[in-house]
Formats: sequence, C-alpha cells, structure tokens
Amino acid sequence: MNVRLLDIAHARSGDKGDTANVGVIALKPEWYPVLVQHLTLERVQHHFRDVITGPVERFELPNLKALNFLLHGALDGGGTLSLKTDAQGKVFSTAMLRMVLDIPDADAKALDLPSAPR
Amino acid sequence: MTSSQTSPKIVRVAAGQGFWGDWLEAPRRQVEGGQVDYLMLDYLAEVTMSILQKQKERDPNMGYARDFVGAIESVLPAIATRGVRVIANAGGVNPRACAEAVRQVAMKHGVGSAVRIGVVTGDDLLPRLDELIAGGHALANMETGEALSTVRDRVLSANAYIGSVPIVEALARGANVVITGRSTDTALTMAPLRHEFGWAGDDWDRLAAGIIAGHIIECGAQCSGGNCLYDWQNIPDLANVGYPIVEASADGTFVVTKHPNTGGRISIPSVTEQLVYEMGDPHSYITPDVVADFSTIQLEAAGENRVRVFGIKGRPATDKLKVSIAYRAGFKAVGTLVYSWPDALPKAQLADRVLRERLVNLGLSFDSVLTEFVGVSATHGPLAGPPNDPPEVQLRVGVRGPDKAKVERFTREIVPLVLNGPPSVTGFAGGKPKVEEIVAYWPALVDKTVVQTQVEVLA
Repeated sequence: MNVRLLDIAHARSGDKGDTANVGVIALKPEWYPVLVQHLTLERVQHHFRDVITGPVERFELPNLKALNFLLHGALDGGGTLSLKTDAQGKVFSTAMLRMVLDIPDADAKALDLPSAPR
Repeated sequence: MTSSQTSPKIVRVAAGQGFWGDWLEAPRRQVEGGQVDYLMLDYLAEVTMSILQKQKERDPNMGYARDFVGAIESVLPAIATRGVRVIANAGGVNPRACAEAVRQVAMKHGVGSAVRIGVVTGDDLLPRLDELIAGGHALANMETGEALSTVRDRVLSANAYIGSVPIVEALARGANVVITGRSTDTALTMAPLRHEFGWAGDDWDRLAAGIIAGHIIECGAQCSGGNCLYDWQNIPDLANVGYPIVEASADGTFVVTKHPNTGGRISIPSVTEQLVYEMGDPHSYITPDVVADFSTIQLEAAGENRVRVFGIKGRPATDKLKVSIAYRAGFKAVGTLVYSWPDALPKAQLADRVLRERLVNLGLSFDSVLTEFVGVSATHGPLAGPPNDPPEVQLRVGVRGPDKAKVERFTREIVPLVLNGPPSVTGFAGGKPKVEEIVAYWPALVDKTVVQTQVEVLA
C-alpha cells in the first residue's frame, strides 16, 4: 500500500553551510519503526537525486521517534553565497514529506496507516 | 521557613530573542508574564559578526547588536527591582561599547547603581590572525579543508565560539547583566544553571543537559508553536505567542514551558521539532564545554504546555574551539518579475532564456546564474511536479561573481524585459535589483589553549 510520508510524519529542516538537515518525526510512536524500515538512506538519496549534489547521511533517534538526514551540497554554497530562495534549507523538510512509501499491506493494516489518496 | 527553602530549587531561564531581528516585544513579555530568574537573549547568527565588524570600522563605538539596548530598557524594572538577570551575546565585536550603551540607558532611568554589567571578551581573534597562522594554526575550512591563507586578505572578522566558563565567572562576581561577544547560543542558558547549581566542569551529564536546554530555547518561539508543522492549524493564538522558559533542577532535569495566558503550544512534537533543527550527528553535539548526546534525551508530557526533559548524557569536551570567520566573497544580485495567466510559466521561461542570451551577448560571465520560478519550483525544484496552470509565476534570477561591475550590469537587464520581453508582466515596482557584497562564512577549529577569555564587572 502506498503511504504518504506527510501522513505519518512531521519534519523540520535547517542548514549548516552547504548542508541541509532534515529531521523526520513519526506522528505516532508506533509508526517510528515504519520510518526506520522504509525511509532508508537509498530511498532518500533517490528522492533528492536532482536537487542535491552531495551524499546523504542518516541517523536514527529512537528516543525521539525521529530520523535525522544530512543532505550535502543542497544549498548552492549555503549561507550568504547561495542564490536560492531557500538558502537556509528551511523547507527541505516539506520536500522530504513529498515522499511516498510502499508499505506491505499487512503491516499498513496492523499499524492503521493512512493510505495515499489515489 | 519559606517554601523555597523546603522544596527543591528550581531555576527559570526565559528566552527572549532567538536571533537579531526577533520580536521586540518578547523580552518584556518574558519578565512581566510570570516568574523568571534569568532572561537569555541570543543575537548572533553565523555572519552577524562580520556585519558588526563593518559597522565598527565605520564607527569605533558601534559593532554590537543595538536592539539589545532597547531590550534592556524594556526590562530595566525587572532587573533593578525584581532581581532578574540578563545574559546576552549582544556584544558582537565590541562588548565594551555595548556595555557602555547599557550603562547609559540604565543611568537615564535612574537605576545605574542597580545594574552591574559583566563583560566577557577574548573571543575576537582578528587582531591575532597573522600571529596564529604564523604559529602553525592553519584555521582550515571545516567543510572544504582549504587553509585560511587562501582568503586571508579578505577576512573581515574571526571569533572563537566561547563556552560557559567566563559567563559563570561574571555571574559569580555579581553581574546582573552579562554581555558577551561570540559565545555559543547554548552557553547563554547553560551558564546560569551551572552558576546556580554549582555543576563541576567535568559533570558531563549535567553540562550536556544545560546545553540541550539551551538548544531547545535558543530559537525563541520555534519550540513553543512558532514554525511548528505538527498540527499547525490548531496551535492557538500565535499573535500572543509565549516564548519558552526552562525550569531546571539541580539534577539536570528540566521542564520546558511558557507563561500562562500566552499563545502557542509547548508539546512533545513542538519540542522535538526544535531538537532536530540544525542537527548534525546527534550523538556528538560538540560545544566548548561538553559533547552532548541527543540520542539520550527523554521527553515526557508534564501537564498543559509543559514537557519534561531528562536522561541526558554528555562526554568530555574536545581540546578545540570552533572559530567563526567571515570573508569577502564577491557580489550578488537577485532580480524578479511576475508573469500572469495565461501561460504564466512559459512566459517566465521565455523571459529567462531572453535574459540569459543577452548576458552572453554582453560578454557577462558569472560564477553562478540561478533561475527559479516562484510558485512552481523555487522551494522544491523538480520534486514539485508539473504546475496546474498557475495564475501567476515569479521569475527570480540571481547571479554571483567576483566582479562588481558585471553584477551591476546584470541588474540593468531585468526591468527592460517589461517592455522588450514576453507579455503579461508586472511586479517590477522595486526597480533595478540591489547589488550586495557577499560576506561568506568560514568555519575553522583552533586549539583551546590559544583563546583566553577575560571578564570585567563594571562598578
């Protein structure tokens, strides 16, 4: 079943130089394992492949039911160098939430995940 | 015996500014809305020091966050009569001038003798830069590895991020307004807790707790409902938003809350959003005082608009300090025009092609030319998908390069497009774009032993 990340997580992003960080937080604690299992480094790299120029790092924070991603080469040089509207990576959070995850039907049902609108 | 002697001691640190330019009402509201012991004001972002350095070059009495003088004026009664103490990194590159301005305003209101100003200096490495480089300190860029010598002649400011120790000393010597230069944002909150509870310099877990308390409130309302994505439609009364307050205990646990009868919301989701803000490796949040481990933080709901934070672990600090260096890095300008339906995006795209062709024909080259279509793809790029016939699209073109004259020439190519480019264009009331000098950030590390801070408490 397709599940929109927007429907199971919230997020905030910020910058450090030319790197944007995106913290993704499960909307319900019991949904955190879905993020751990399905919001993988590879999928996030693929999602941002045409947006960033560098690698992605991923950290797990079970205590906060959150994952933290570092997106390198995201901000056209970052800070004052950047010509981007979002020079400080403030809305990479919502760009991340555009992701749609393919969750096995049984898991989605057991966890009562909302399905993506068709 | 009063209740304060029988119940465990609680120290309340209120955040009143999350950056220079934050809400002017917040400091006064924090000291008037309920009981607080300390008011913490954070003014410095990464390149603020360079702006202040430029101001100091023009006038040796400037170079600090002038908003702070107004903030102090708005909270003078609380300082003078209720014992509230203020800690701020408003000193910028001229903490003494900032202190003098605060002294003047206190005297003007007849409370000069009640305000004891502590000034922390020693973070400014600009006068020592050549000596440091000659002494083998490469001050290499932490992101690129380049040695500072490559941009040495363009450096505007260089400041070490300093920790809690000199602030604690100023408080211990009786200061009730402590002004620092480039101290870390988090030290402004941790220092008063360390002072009040007598935490030792190697009490890593408690120091880390103080740092994380600082991280949660250093961006002001960003942990109390501001910029909060979670359930944003239902966050009450943002017009009257309450800025955050930490109620800390000696064991390093604390509650994040806000004054009663204020808007916004403090909840586990709002605090978690702030915890992950600007997070790097969560296991190693490095500060001058301690390395804090964000993977140990536990949050617990503790009543309405109250979140309890506990379980925090820290590790010994490193032997380095981070240095914030700013240098001149060329010029930039950004021009915008608005194209309307029908075919708003194709018109904006044609204008972009026309503009770029003219830049080529003029022989103007830049390090970077960036085009964004606001309303279509400016914030999410190709992730946004195809637009659905928008009523208008803003064309936004920016250029960056070392040659100011070329950037100036670019700014003359925007407005002519209104009459000599694609149709249905408006939104050019601002005229030609402004050329801005780029002052870029150069993060580096330096041995801790190189930086000696000084504390003065003005009589």
